[in-house]
Amino acid sequence: MSETARGPRILGWGSANFAVLVFALFPVFWITMLSFKSPNTISDGRLIPKDWSTENYSQIFKQSVFTDALRNSIGIALIATVIAVVLAAMAAYAIARLDFPGKTLILSMALAIAMFPPISIVGPLYNMWRNLGLFDTWPGLIIPYMTFTLPLAIYTLSAFFREIPWELEQAAQIDGATPWQAFSKVIAPLAAPGVFTTAILVFIFAWNDFVFAVSLTSTNAAQTVPAAISQFPGASQFQQPTGSIAAAAVIVTVPIIIMVLFFQRRIVAGLTAGAVKG
Amino acid sequence: MSATSVAEAPARSGRAPKSETDRSKAERKLAWMLCAPAVIVMVAVTAYPIVYAFYLSLLRADLRFPDDRTWNGLNNYGTVLSSSLWWSDVWHTVIITVISVAIELVLGMLLAITMHRALFGRGLVRTAALIPYGIVTVVAAFAWRFAWSSAVGGFVPKALGFSYDPLDPTHPFWNYFVVIATEVWKTTPFMALLLLAGLTLVPEELHEAARVDGASAWQRFWRITVPLMKPAILVALLFRTLDAFRIFDSVFIISNGPNPKLETVSILGYNQLLNRLNLGLGSAVSVLIFLMVAVIAFLFVKGFGTSLAQQRGEK
Repeated sequence: MSETARGPRILGWGSANFAVLVFALFPVFWITMLSFKSPNTISDGRLIPKDWSTENYSQIFKQSVFTDALRNSIGIALIATVIAVVLAAMAAYAIARLDFPGKTLILSMALAIAMFPPISIVGPLYNMWRNLGLFDTWPGLIIPYMTFTLPLAIYTLSAFFREIPWELEQAAQIDGATPWQAFSKVIAPLAAPGVFTTAILVFIFAWNDFVFAVSLTSTNAAQTVPAAISQFPGASQFQQPTGSIAAAAVIVTVPIIIMVLFFQRRIVAGLTAGAVKG
Repeated sequence: MSATSVAEAPARSGRAPKSETDRSKAERKLAWMLCAPAVIVMVAVTAYPIVYAFYLSLLRADLRFPDDRTWNGLNNYGTVLSSSLWWSDVWHTVIITVISVAIELVLGMLLAITMHRALFGRGLVRTAALIPYGIVTVVAAFAWRFAWSSAVGGFVPKALGFSYDPLDPTHPFWNYFVVIATEVWKTTPFMALLLLAGLTLVPEELHEAARVDGASAWQRFWRITVPLMKPAILVALLFRTLDAFRIFDSVFIISNGPNPKLETVSILGYNQLLNRLNLGLGSAVSVLIFLMVAVIAFLFVKGFGTSLAQQRGEK
């Protein structure tokens, strides 16, 4: 860390940072530019639109294929997140705080499911959901999403819960707080950041999924955006739906960018906590 | 833990051992009740279907002929394992997995070091890196396909002066290139975050001491950072290998229709199950994928079991 090397070091880290920014953002930049091209210039092979237009956006919001899919994506991801976080919080509390045989078994099981290949159960689920009337419904997707996010949620939450100074609960009760007050005024605020972080990670998973969405839905009733845009029809038989797909792609990326901008620290903390301490 | 034992202490000292077993019994009961819903969901939605998939794989079950269901023994497995289609798809999957995970390990390490040690702009770098992590895989695949496909007027073939469409199925090299690039772009940040977790555990004093002793940055990286990070590296490799092996979304989007030279095992399973509706053969493929993933996981855990356990803070 000699002072003389400071100039080159700043330059070095500056270029490293720049390389990361270009690496991470360029594909997003390109598809965003594509989405603003007018239908006539969409395939002109230019990076920056010659003819800026928002027509692709007004097009997709006129199509129920997209608006219904957006509604399904939001609803399904939010419900799956809430259920997964509640179930995982209960289990993680037990794992972090209570002593019981079977703890290792539960953690190993969660780890095994984290490695489980979803494609292996798509066939049976397809068959089961059709018999149970869950095919092409919201619960038909919510159930697999919450299942596949439970391992991540349990690991992340139990890592966070282990860090909470639980003595404070007793201390509050000694000071005259009721058990409910001790929980809601002392423990809940301490647990909230971990729960929130876990919720973000679960939401990203559910928002992202394609395998289940494309296999277990067939209509606007439950199709999510990733499945819908993979099957977007062109405006005519001879026209590629490139512009609509690009615009839809940008729309589904917006929530992710907002979450990342506001909660970068939490997401990094959540992913690293689950990895190290889980 | 300390909190509960403090609270239990007076109760323990004042009463007979029986109350202690009552208490731990109650604790155990509460713990099981809290874990039960999560465990039941996980078993019902993964263990049961995989058993069901195994059962279906032993039948001649074709949804186009629902009444014609007969016991078929292991014949479906024979059909799959003796077909060249299955083995070429396994080979495609292995190529994609090995190359992308290897590149991701190198880039992920560089990214993790940048996120960890950059003199300035760490927040910016972390935020930018999380965007590929969070982005929908289908969107990432479309972004890369649209950039590279001449058919939709991508800028890359034009800029590089390609006389043909690199994403046409007749150019497997470029097909693989784009799939692997998509995979690397999308998941390097995840790899980097897992490695960052390990990087933060390396004590700064060790680096200081080595620096005083005259070790170069390169020596310090190989002699201090890498050995201490070994568990984190193994966890990252395990998760990414298993994840890459079940690659589906990006291949599905970038293939844009049948592309036998790029087909992976997950795509094969999907086609058998949901396009051909052949539950018997499709389930056999599903079970085989499951077994391969289990074997990879087993080899990792067996080979590096102790470091994995260290990483997880168990004994």
